[in-house]
Amino acid sequence: MTSVSALVACPLDPQSFNEPSSEAEKEGQMVSAKNDLAEKTILDAEAMARTLDRIAHQILEKTEGGAETVLLGIPTRGAPLARRLADRVSTFAGVQVPVGTLDITLYRDDLRLRGVRALEHTDVPATGVDDQRVILVDDVLFSGRTVRAALDALKDLGRPSAVQLAVLVDRGHRQLPIRADYVGKNIPTSLVESVHVRLSEVDGADAVVLTPGGER
Amino acid sequence: MIEHLLSSSDLDLETATLVLDTAAEMAAVSGREVKKLPTLRGRTVVNLFYEDSTRTRISFEAAAKRLSADVINFAAKGSSVSKGESLKDTALTLQAMGADAVVIRHPASGAPHRLAGWIDGSVVNAGDGTHEHPTQALLDAYTMRSRLGRLEGLRVALVGDVLHSRVARSNVWLLRTLGAEVTLVAPPTLLPVGVDSWPVQVSYDLDSVLPKLDVVMMLRVQRERMNASFFPSVREYSRRYGLDAARMGALPEHAIVMHPGPMIRGMEISPEVADSTRSTIVEQVANGVSVRMAVLYLMLGGMA
Amino acid sequence: MNNWIISGASVLGGEPADIFVRDGVIADSAPDSAQRLDATGLIALPGLVDLHTHLREPGREDAETVETGSRAAALGGYTAVCAMANTDPVADTAGVVEQVWRLGKDAGLVDVQPIGAVTVGLAGERLAELGAMATSAARVRVFSDDGHCVHDPVLMRRALEYVKAFDGVIAQHAEEPRLTVGAQMNEGDTSARLGLAGWPAVAEEAIIARDVLLAGHVNSRLHICHVSTAGSVELIRWAKSKGWRVTAEVTPHHLLLTDDLVEGYDPVFR
Repeated sequence: MTSVSALVACPLDPQSFNEPSSEAEKEGQMVSAKNDLAEKTILDAEAMARTLDRIAHQILEKTEGGAETVLLGIPTRGAPLARRLADRVSTFAGVQVPVGTLDITLYRDDLRLRGVRALEHTDVPATGVDDQRVILVDDVLFSGRTVRAALDALKDLGRPSAVQLAVLVDRGHRQLPIRADYVGKNIPTSLVESVHVRLSEVDGADAVVLTPGGER
Repeated sequence: MIEHLLSSSDLDLETATLVLDTAAEMAAVSGREVKKLPTLRGRTVVNLFYEDSTRTRISFEAAAKRLSADVINFAAKGSSVSKGESLKDTALTLQAMGADAVVIRHPASGAPHRLAGWIDGSVVNAGDGTHEHPTQALLDAYTMRSRLGRLEGLRVALVGDVLHSRVARSNVWLLRTLGAEVTLVAPPTLLPVGVDSWPVQVSYDLDSVLPKLDVVMMLRVQRERMNASFFPSVREYSRRYGLDAARMGALPEHAIVMHPGPMIRGMEISPEVADSTRSTIVEQVANGVSVRMAVLYLMLGGMA
Repeated sequence: MNNWIISGASVLGGEPADIFVRDGVIADSAPDSAQRLDATGLIALPGLVDLHTHLREPGREDAETVETGSRAAALGGYTAVCAMANTDPVADTAGVVEQVWRLGKDAGLVDVQPIGAVTVGLAGERLAELGAMATSAARVRVFSDDGHCVHDPVLMRRALEYVKAFDGVIAQHAEEPRLTVGAQMNEGDTSARLGLAGWPAVAEEAIIARDVLLAGHVNSRLHICHVSTAGSVELIRWAKSKGWRVTAEVTPHHLLLTDDLVEGYDPVFR
């Protein structure tokens, strides 16, 4: 009568080209194992740490010291990235920037193309988003559809004074008029390559790798 | 993904937990300014109610509307049903209208099972006869989990008319799946035959059970049972199986008092108990919307 | 010309033998100019009697008629059927039972023996004219309110006593009606789980216990329709051991089907 199989395994689906790699890793764990041999490391743990340091400094600069700013990570991997950025901002400037998570599943434009997805946690800091500068944080910027959904979700939570976007990797191939305010690394890719961001909180180690074979 | 929700025994631990976790996210939506999600735009949910149940109907209606589904309310009274249309013909009509899900309340046990065999869309059992009411059990479980932090190992008593209660049946199977320990407390006349084969403890004595509980759930005794010799008098029933302030005092400090509503104050529950801080009765109503949003999302939120 | 030699059939399941028919009657030697019928591999039985049929005529000719019912019976190897009394109008007068009997004659396929109602209109309140039905052309000997139980013990006693005058038998539909209000299926684990109102075995057994005692007490003949519980069988066995004149019948579906089939709520299995 019931099944959760759709949440565990997904068929190969051309629409998935639109997904950032966080989605790919969440729903297609087998890929990275299969392609381990052929993968190419773009950022190792140290390089990732330096990149995040830089983004944190840029945030401090562009937000006048982090005043009235909220960091919202998009699950799965945007969430720990947002926390890391908040920690760095605190270390560098002694400012506590409120940090939370924003799940965009219920706002996706491709719900009907796949089985039902489990929701991730949305956690808006007590300050709320009204009149705040909200910085959305995600791991990979690809088609832009996730960010579009996030903007819709944000609109239902309140009215920020401004919305910015921070991503660890921008791999191009935008399908919507969206750009990031903070980019860790631009990686020109082919559509038949996959970008995987791995974070110690989720995957046990930090790395950004490129593998052949399209997104799953 | 859930195709139909006909019985709480359809839910395995993984799926039941998924529903509760999803409901927790849905609950946040009910707390914000814009209580609306675009998720089920273009989907049609039909509320097909053969019994009057405003509470359950508006709960499903609110759930569907918060997910942006189109809602059609089909009350049997005053409709083609009162002109003698059969359930099957009504089902085919709904099918032709493109119902993606039908939420059905029916006085006959098993009506949702039959409906599920006749239509392509999903069927949600919103209470059938004396059989089941699975979304009520889910919202009860959700309420227990959010008040007490867990379900595994919880000691729960269902008190009252178990024999005729679809809420009791759904709770027994679901709580069992979720790892709670259930005790049924009722006079022997209001327990089903073969209850000894159910995965529960049975007691005729409420007072001996109370001190060991985390949750006491009072079931309503319907008016038509009161003069059918299930018990000698309302007064005696109330004295033996009603929850009053003194009995509430015998519960452990942390224990909560639940009631699926509508309650009869002074019969199975005294007003001071119903209004106490231990009572979750109002929360249960709010949680009902979140749980039903979760069920509708998990049914209709993906590929058809 | 109705002379036959039926050859090779296994008579009552025994060794194959020839059966001789002279002028439509079984004979002990081969008749002259007989037609031969090869029945090798078949089993020969006497014509069967169905004690419990509903031919529905008069009143529900859309469901069954005496003609269609007796045709089905003949095809199944039956040469006589008893037609229950719950027709519309009820077979509770000489007029109705004679009508059914005549329809059976007209169909001409099997013996159709009408059963008369025990009480007027099957209502369980006062005795129907049992004697008039017994002496009618239909010669009714079996009386039953089948579909309804004769639940008043006084009335049941009177009926059992009264039919002794013409060697009749009362066929009881054993169901204590107060125990089966709203009942939909056998009461047990399955009914409790499915939320369907249960029909307890005791509803049948309580009536059988009462009626075998009554039959023994007044020394009359009792037949129990469609026995469905093990407890009923025990009670009937006990009554027979007392020498009381009690018989019973059972249906294939009560022997072969179980509660589990109701799981999908298909009303066919209730």
